[in-house]
Amino acid sequence: MLVKSRDPWFIPSSEVTPKSVSVNRREFLQGATTAGALALAAGAIAGLAFPEAAEAAAKIAGVVKSPFSTAGEKLTPFKDISSYNNYYEFSTDKYEPAELATNFKTRPWTVTLDGLVKNKQVLDIDQVLKLAAPEERVYRHRCVEGWSMVMPWIGFSLSTLIKRAEPLPKAKFVQFTTILDPKQMPGQRVGVLDWPYTEGLRMDEAMHPLALLCFGLYGDVLPNQNGAPLRVILPWKYGFKSVKGIVRVTFTESEPATAWNKAAPGEYGFYSNVNPKVDHPRWSQAKERRIGEFFKRDTLMFNGYGDQVAGMYSGMDLKKYF
Amino acid sequence: MIRLFKVIVFLTCLLPVGMLAWRGFHGDLGANPLEFITHTTGDWTLRFLLITLAVTPLRKLAKQYWLIKFRRMLGLYAFFYGLLHFTTYLWFDKFFDWHEIVKDIGKRPFITVGFLALTLMVPLAATSTAWAIRKLGKRWQALHQLVYLSAMAGVVHYLWLVKADIRKPAAYGVGLAILLGYRVVVWARQTWQPSRAGAPVLQPATTPESFLERA
Repeated sequence: MLVKSRDPWFIPSSEVTPKSVSVNRREFLQGATTAGALALAAGAIAGLAFPEAAEAAAKIAGVVKSPFSTAGEKLTPFKDISSYNNYYEFSTDKYEPAELATNFKTRPWTVTLDGLVKNKQVLDIDQVLKLAAPEERVYRHRCVEGWSMVMPWIGFSLSTLIKRAEPLPKAKFVQFTTILDPKQMPGQRVGVLDWPYTEGLRMDEAMHPLALLCFGLYGDVLPNQNGAPLRVILPWKYGFKSVKGIVRVTFTESEPATAWNKAAPGEYGFYSNVNPKVDHPRWSQAKERRIGEFFKRDTLMFNGYGDQVAGMYSGMDLKKYF
Repeated sequence: MIRLFKVIVFLTCLLPVGMLAWRGFHGDLGANPLEFITHTTGDWTLRFLLITLAVTPLRKLAKQYWLIKFRRMLGLYAFFYGLLHFTTYLWFDKFFDWHEIVKDIGKRPFITVGFLALTLMVPLAATSTAWAIRKLGKRWQALHQLVYLSAMAGVVHYLWLVKADIRKPAAYGVGLAILLGYRVVVWARQTWQPSRAGAPVLQPATTPESFLERA
């Protein structure tokens, strides 16, 4: 398999661009005039009392570069990534999850590995995060609705977690389940989708090195509205495949049910690979609007990751297996 | 008095587009400004259609007959926001690629029906002048019943667009069903219960003449 490797001098964007710079300048100034003075005072006091706490406590330590990161893309500002979210568990409005997820509890949190595996187990989230060194991976992200972004995610290959479970030879698919908690997630009190949200992958897709188990963004812990504490990122598939708030990973012999496929089987297939030639039944997938850009751009086959992933689908009719 | 009130209503109806301009000027249209503009103008088209259709029931049920004086303005605002909505699509979604636009209108049912909704409003806007009302006489009334179809097409357009959450288009649908239901009831009572001598007769639908008188 061909993997485009990074230049040796590659530096994670989190080291180059502090998040504050990516935040809208005006908002930064507005913030400085209002809450800024208060925060500065509080920060100064805290800094004097607890010197270590003054360091951004939430920053993810020891982030390493990754050969699987995408080069040559301008990053989407943090403000846009964290304010424009499809997270139906909170709301079907894209601007609401950021607020509704503010107090979402990501601790305590466990991840259950079960199904056709040798090592069924329940892992604490902090155990999961220590399974491998965190890598920064810049990925293109294409939503099925026709917009796209570029995010510097942090995580490691999903295969690390899967190997730990030791799947049996019979296991051909992986199913992911999002937390079911209508008390914390108001969107789950409405039957828009069949809760809890489930998604699935074929085993070879899940084991593909590009498939990322993700827990960070822009050098920091993943914002709640972006799927904290744990999600997957599958850059060659439409965004809804990249399931958020994972509590269960189940290994199965047959193709698992997936939330959007259950809601509209004719519109959202099990594979849902980004494909400009196969339209959504109601709209075209040929072009996309990159958030922050005025003109639309052409959508790339497999979202531009064809060199790495196309081999998994050779011989398949992608119109049939959309 | 009514003149002043008309000016106030006219300016109030400009608030949604004014809000868009203000937020646009301040870079406050969210991560996807063009989507925000499309959704906002589409929403207001439907809202103004429903408000326009609410005039007749309101003036009769609440006996506020002066409300008719605002119906034309409200209807024209529905058309205005519909045009803004369509222009956003032509310009920012398709960049005036006419080949793509024609293909889109033919191929995508939700766009077909949305285009139909706007097209049906064109003759209504064109015949909204006092001269056209006088000229068309009785036929004006018949022609302007196209607004029912336009509003239905508008709601279907929204319904066919959403992915899974149909609550908002369904709310417009319920609102429209109530407003059209009122007309069905009025029509049915006039058709099947011919007035008996001495019994109160339902106020007939506004005739073009009465519209002009009160306008």
